[in-house]
Formats: sequence, structure tokens, C-alpha cells
Amino acid sequence: MKHATRRTLGAALTSLTGLAALLIVAMLAVILLDVVRGGIGHVSWEFLSQPPSDGMMAGGIFPALYGTAALTLLMTLAVMPVGVLTAVYLHEYAPPHSRLASWVRVAVVNLAGVPSIVFGLFGLGFFIHFVGGGLDRALGYEELHWAQPGILWASLTLAVLTLPVVIVSTEEALRAVPMDHRTASLALGATQSQTLMRVVLPGALPGILTGAVLAISRGAGEVAPILFTGAAYFLPDLPSSLNSQFMHLGYHTYVLATQSPDVEATRPLLYATVLVLLLLTFALNLVAVVIRTRTRRRAASAH
Amino acid sequence: MEQGLAQTVVVAPQLSAAARRRQLREKVIAGIVTLMAFTGIAALVLIIVFIAKEALELFLDAHAREEASLAKMFTTQPTRAGKPPAFIWQPVSNVPKVSMIPLFIGTLKTTVVSMLVAVPVGVAGALFAAEFAPRRLRELLKPVIELLAGIPSVVLGFFALMVLATFLQDTFGLTYRLNAVVAGLGLALAIVPVIFTVSEDALTAVPRSYREASLALGATPWETAWKVVLPAAAPGILAACVLGFGRAIGETMIVLMASGNAAIVSASLGDSVRSLSATIAAEMGEVVVGSPHYSLLFFIGVELFVFTFILNMVASVWTKKVLKRLTGGAS
Repeated sequence: MKHATRRTLGAALTSLTGLAALLIVAMLAVILLDVVRGGIGHVSWEFLSQPPSDGMMAGGIFPALYGTAALTLLMTLAVMPVGVLTAVYLHEYAPPHSRLASWVRVAVVNLAGVPSIVFGLFGLGFFIHFVGGGLDRALGYEELHWAQPGILWASLTLAVLTLPVVIVSTEEALRAVPMDHRTASLALGATQSQTLMRVVLPGALPGILTGAVLAISRGAGEVAPILFTGAAYFLPDLPSSLNSQFMHLGYHTYVLATQSPDVEATRPLLYATVLVLLLLTFALNLVAVVIRTRTRRRAASAH
Repeated sequence: MEQGLAQTVVVAPQLSAAARRRQLREKVIAGIVTLMAFTGIAALVLIIVFIAKEALELFLDAHAREEASLAKMFTTQPTRAGKPPAFIWQPVSNVPKVSMIPLFIGTLKTTVVSMLVAVPVGVAGALFAAEFAPRRLRELLKPVIELLAGIPSVVLGFFALMVLATFLQDTFGLTYRLNAVVAGLGLALAIVPVIFTVSEDALTAVPRSYREASLALGATPWETAWKVVLPAAAPGILAACVLGFGRAIGETMIVLMASGNAAIVSASLGDSVRSLSATIAAEMGEVVVGSPHYSLLFFIGVELFVFTFILNMVASVWTKKVLKRLTGGAS
């Protein structure tokens, strides 16, 4: 083949791959434009602060916002200690070529690939029927008290789902803490746990926060695992205790999109809800990206 | 060296009470940390145990065994008098029909559509980012993909349902507004970021020396990318596709919202379909706890878990293969 032909062919194929990349960007742009255009006119203070009314054909999304926030807060409280300590074990405590550590890694990789609906089944079978049922029997409740869908069970289900996110990003953060800091601390006579608490963890804090934010943004958008572990179709009252059901932005989106008797009438509400959900997850992702780039820059300048 | 030390120190030094307390505290903390590390494994084991436990009733309970036997799940069953036996999923009718074949076909259809779109786009996009894009463009492309990956699947389901479905029906005049193609395209949006990211990682892991050698021999950049870089990263790219496949099988909300949820056995991609995951999501809400139908839904959960578990193991083995091949087993 002549050189010129080869060049032309190469250029053509290069632009073909470029087109694929462009297509991905375009898909994102189309989704964003559609959601913003459809929702922007309806997002107002009233929309954010009022409960749905008129059979969810009017009103706002306050209970859904509140429920999503409470759910993710509980989830974060549950997942962070376990996730961070697991990563600490993997990076700080596990002996080299540890059997346990490699099993944990396999478990984490596979946990990350388990379909979210399966987590929902797990939450139903384990948290609600096994743990909740056990609690009810132990505490002597006649009617269902803990063995029913509720915000605690939903958030624990999400905590298991986001566990891999936290473990992986915390481990990355621990790896970024220079080894010198540890050896210097140990050389000064500090014990391993003192080194961990006063040197390693503070050094890894920004990365750990990134993991938390990523877990929150992932957890806040998941609907399948909470379908039957706690999300409610319509609930004007805010969840008052750990075993009450709650409204959720993502589930509300699903309900409005699929079960509305009059799609045209609900359309503005639906678009506005989706816009709020998207803004929320993007804001969280942005925070994570900002913390991460800052940490990387600082780590790079420290070397 | 440790042995040498042990030989020279014959008598262990007497530790003060404070030092012994400190040693004990260190041991307790290490114990707690190790215990926490078990939770990852424990979670995985508990998931399989508790889903399998609820599904096991299908085989233990006589009534359930009668209503939803394995044979009934996978063979044709008699329908109404005068009609040929067929694969039918109708678990809540007077005579429950529990054939899983329509669900398998539905899942396969949506997954295949999504793979046909997502694999070429994702891999080509990754090739562009890793080989041809200027650094600036590449650093712009990655956060955009991350943003796409961050969109909750319920939003993608909403988009497929409200926008894609209408667009496709108006353009191609499909009989059913919600069908395997709409759901498959929605799924493609969800798995393109996975395929892109993992492929791009595999491609950038290929050492620069490979490219330089190829270019020095007179190959054009595109020939280098196609004949040197791509084959070197092949197992990683395959792993990316397998991972995407697993995601597509398990993804729920998009399929639940955009597929039409009708358990139809047909070859047409324009028909409505019902997937395994969407069946669990749609039916679990109204099911009687402990009934054969309830166990049946958990059995579908076991199937999904097993499928995705195998796919994940395959993908992680292949990803390791790339690293091993490219670093000569150094890492």
C-alpha cells in the first residue's frame, strides 16, 4: 500500500474513533439539555419545600428530599467505619501475601458487581426478616415493629452496596500517604495505632472524604435496593423513627414516570424532580473530583 | 535478619506494666481492624446465604415443589384447551405458569442490544482517548464519562421512557412504544462508561516502548494502535466487555421502566420484553411472603447473583492477565 493511502486510511479511522468519543459526549449533552429544559421552569422554593399534593399531580418534593438526605446520612454513618477500617487492614495491618487480604479483595471486587436488585433481596431476607424478625421476637412485639420495611433497613442495605466504593477509595488514599511518615512516627517511638490515628489517617483524610462523597452520590441515586426495603409510594409525613418508611427522590421519579394516571399533567413535576436528583448527584461528584485533584496535587508536590 | 536478632536476644527484656498495657492495646486494635476486614467477605457470604435460603423453599416445600418445579420453569406447559403448550410466565393466575424462558429471552434481548451499541462506542472511544486524543481533550473526556457514569439509573430509565421511546416510535413506526430496543439503548448509556473506563485503563497500561518500536519500524500511528496496542491490551478490553455484560444483565430500573414488561417469547427486537431483574422489582411488592411465588423471585435473584459472579471473576482474571503480560509478571 502506498504511504499516502495508508495515511488517509489511518486518518479516516482515527476520526471514526473520535466520532465514537464525540457520541458519548453528545449522549450526555442530550440527556442534560432535555432534563434542564424540561425541569428548570418548575424548580422553585415552593417545589422544594412543599409535600406533593392533589394525588401527586401538584405540590413539591420536600418529603422525598428529606427522605433521601436522611437515608444517605444513615447509610454513611454505617458504611464509613467498616469501609475505612477494612481498607486500613488491607493497607496497614495485613501481612504481605496475606490469605485473608486476598480473600477480602476478591469479595470487594465481586460485591461491586452484584446487581443492585439483589442487594434489595438481601435487605429483605437478611435485615427485615432475619434481623428485624429476630428483634421483634426478642423484644416481644406482638405486631410487626422491626420486621417491616423502614429507613434503617434501607440505609443498611445501601451501606452494604456502597462498601466497595469506600474500601477502594480509602485504600487509594492510604497508598498516597508517604511511607516516610509512618517510619518517622514509628522511629520516634509511637506505636502502630498511634501512627495510624495521628499520622496515617489525617494524611489520608481528603481521600477518605472523597470515598464518602462518592458513596453518598452512588447511594443517593440507587432505587432498586430500596424498592422493598423502605421506600414509600406516597407519605406526606416525614419518617419519625428508624423503622418508618420514607419518600425518596429516585423512587418518586420512578413512580411519577410509570404510575401517573395523567402523564402530560405530571410531566413538569417529573422533569423538575429529575433535575433536582441530577443536580444533587452531580454536585456530590464534583465535590469528590475537587477534593481528589487537590489531594493529588498536594501529594505530587510533597514528593 | 529477624532470625539473627532472635538469636542474639536470648532473654526477653522485662516489660514495665505500662508497656505491657500498651502492647495489649495494640493487639486489641489490630484485632478490631482485622475483624472489620472480615465484613467484606461476610457481606458476600451473607448475601448468597440469605437469598439462597429464601429460594430453597422451592425445593423443600411440597406445595412449592408442585407449583414451581424446575421442570415447569424450563419446559413448555399446557395452556388453555386447544392451544399448544408454551413457555408462559404468569405466576399469579389461577393455575400459576412459571416458565422462566420468556424472562431469559427478554434479558438476553435487552442485553444484546445494549452490547451491540455500547461495545463499539465504548472501545472506540477508549482507543481514541488513549491513542489519538491530544492530552487536553483526553483530560476533558474523562470527567465527562465520569459524569455519565454518575447519572442514577432511574434517570436513564426516565430518559429512555420519556424521550428515546417516543423518538424511536415516531422515527421507525414501531408497534410497541416500549420494547427491547428502547430498554437496550437505555442500558447502553449505563454500561458505556464501564466499558470505556476499563478499556482505557488496559490501553494506557501498554508500555510506551511498544508504540515507539512500532513507529520506528515505519508503522503509522493508526497501524500501531490497531496491530500493536490493541492486541497487547486485548484481554483487558475483553474484561471490560464482560464487565459491561454483567452490568447489563443485572441493571434493573432502566429495564423496568423502558422495556414494556411483557413476557413475550419472540425473536423480534420491536416486541416488549420482561427481564429477570425487572420481574423481581415489579412483583416483589405484591407477593405473599413465603409463598412459592416469593421463593421463585428469590430464585431469580440467585440466578442473577451467579451469572454476575461468574462474569466478574472472568473479568478480574483477564484484567490481571493484561497487567502480568505487560509488566512481565513484575507486579
